[in-house]
Amino acid sequence: MADKIRGKAWRFGDHVDTDVIIPYKYKARTLDPKELGAHCMEGLDPGFPAKVSRGDVIVAGRNFGCGSSREQAPLAIMGCGVSAVIAASFARIFYRNAVNLGLPVLESAEAYKSINQGDTIEISLEEGLIKDLTTGREFKALKPPSFLMELLREGGLIEYYRRHARFPWS
Amino acid sequence: MEGPRLELLRSDLLTFSEKILSMRRVDGSGAVSPGDFVVVPVDLTFATDGTAPLAIKVFEEMGDGRVWDPGRIVLNIDHTYPAAAEPIANLHSMMRRFAGEQGIEIQEGSICHQYILERHASPGMIIAGADSHTTTHGALGAFATGVGSTEAAAIWLSGRIWLRTPESIRVNVDGAMPRGVFAKDLALKIVGELGADGANYKAVEFKGSTIRALSVSSRATLSNMAMEAGAKAAIVEVDEKTRAFLRDAGREPLLEVHSGRYAEYSEVLDVDASRLEPLVAAPPRVDNVKPISEVEGIEVHQAFLGSCTNGRLEDLRVAADIVKGKRIHKGVRFIVTPASRAVYADALMDGTLETLARAGAVVTNPTCGACVGTHLGVLASGEVCVSASNRNFTGRMGARDSMVYLASPATVAASALEGKITDPRRYL
Repeated sequence: MADKIRGKAWRFGDHVDTDVIIPYKYKARTLDPKELGAHCMEGLDPGFPAKVSRGDVIVAGRNFGCGSSREQAPLAIMGCGVSAVIAASFARIFYRNAVNLGLPVLESAEAYKSINQGDTIEISLEEGLIKDLTTGREFKALKPPSFLMELLREGGLIEYYRRHARFPWS
Repeated sequence: MEGPRLELLRSDLLTFSEKILSMRRVDGSGAVSPGDFVVVPVDLTFATDGTAPLAIKVFEEMGDGRVWDPGRIVLNIDHTYPAAAEPIANLHSMMRRFAGEQGIEIQEGSICHQYILERHASPGMIIAGADSHTTTHGALGAFATGVGSTEAAAIWLSGRIWLRTPESIRVNVDGAMPRGVFAKDLALKIVGELGADGANYKAVEFKGSTIRALSVSSRATLSNMAMEAGAKAAIVEVDEKTRAFLRDAGREPLLEVHSGRYAEYSEVLDVDASRLEPLVAAPPRVDNVKPISEVEGIEVHQAFLGSCTNGRLEDLRVAADIVKGKRIHKGVRFIVTPASRAVYADALMDGTLETLARAGAVVTNPTCGACVGTHLGVLASGEVCVSASNRNFTGRMGARDSMVYLASPATVAASALEGKITDPRRYL
């Protein structure tokens, strides 16, 4: 996983649930991240996947990813090209799913408050540093426990297990 | 049980979750505090056609291994059962293939949480289910929590899970519930008070005389809906009702765990059940809870009774009592989906399904179908549904601009009769 992520900010509000991230009717049928990605955020902004470029970042409020345990939600986010999610807070299952897939998730209420739609964002994953290059402001995300950082560094649980034949906590 | 573990079980200072995680942590290093990360063994894990196919894909990408213990895994084909389209049929077939190869139990045609309650869950278990509403099994005094697919695959390989020890919220409920008020109304009250993320990363413990008076089915509704406040686990401690439920099911408790007298809670919520009235959660959030008087009269196109929240026999019976001898409103689709094959058979034998069908209900096979908007009750653009299920998110049950009002089975049945959201007390 590249340590630096750079792209455009896409803002959403509080309590973005997994049903609006990827409706069940799509996720019932396929495991393919590209197909899932084509419907990402359909419940809130049906045109979203067409507007996103690789490196872009979702910036959202409280309780991002609440609701269903569907891992197809972070998979759809990755599938449409989004490279990280910054939120004021994450719902617990979404957070675990994202880390297991190697999708960087950064918790910072300050960043959510300050970053504007369309700002250029640069993230240094190792330091948990979020820079808004448009406004020049910087934010420090909450630091995840080291075994989760290890997972993110290696690109998720599958990659980690393939390399080490064990899990970081076992 | 050996000394140190017994000491932890008897501790006056630990919450339910702290006790169970302290006793079971694999490093054996004693009492935990909220925030501590622990690794614990998993006693039971399950997945559905919503989560298992991705878990199988991940499992097979991680290697060609065997699962750690096929006897502790259950696969459930329940979210879209029987398959509503070819791509779904192929994912079901993948699950059957994997279960066969690994010697894992697979059940088809009961909603996973109802099936697990009926057949597998037991007090003191650590249960990790690949479905968010796994908190349901806290109703039997288990530590039961939801996970995603990759996590499920990791558990299939290792038999273990890491957990952050949760803070606990104590919800005290006392007082007799008035006529027309049911466990669902109480659940909505609690979610409304806590908020959609009020219990995120936390465990909820339900206590008090009202909880002790509730059936295991009603307790399951509470533990199930606690997920809608973000709960990691939602516990009702074992009592004589739990033991009777298990005896009837032919099972033994694994371990009875009770929180300590002086355990510390991050929050205490007191609810006076005698002051409750029928409640409704208006779209698009479950914590958007209102007294029924505020939404009464809203026209509905569909009334749905079912799901892991409210598809049990007592729910179907309450609805049948309300519609008995009457006809549902012309043009309303009243969809009744029993939660499991056992519930279906019981409701068939005691006449409940006949009463519902004669009133005009469409009785479907057990499935998550309508609740997740895949089949057997998908909403069209602009339609309104009053539903006994658990989520009213945008597009949850169909079109992006359809709307779902969550309510008790009684409110759903009364609304089906009138074609608009209706206070059930008029029919009781």
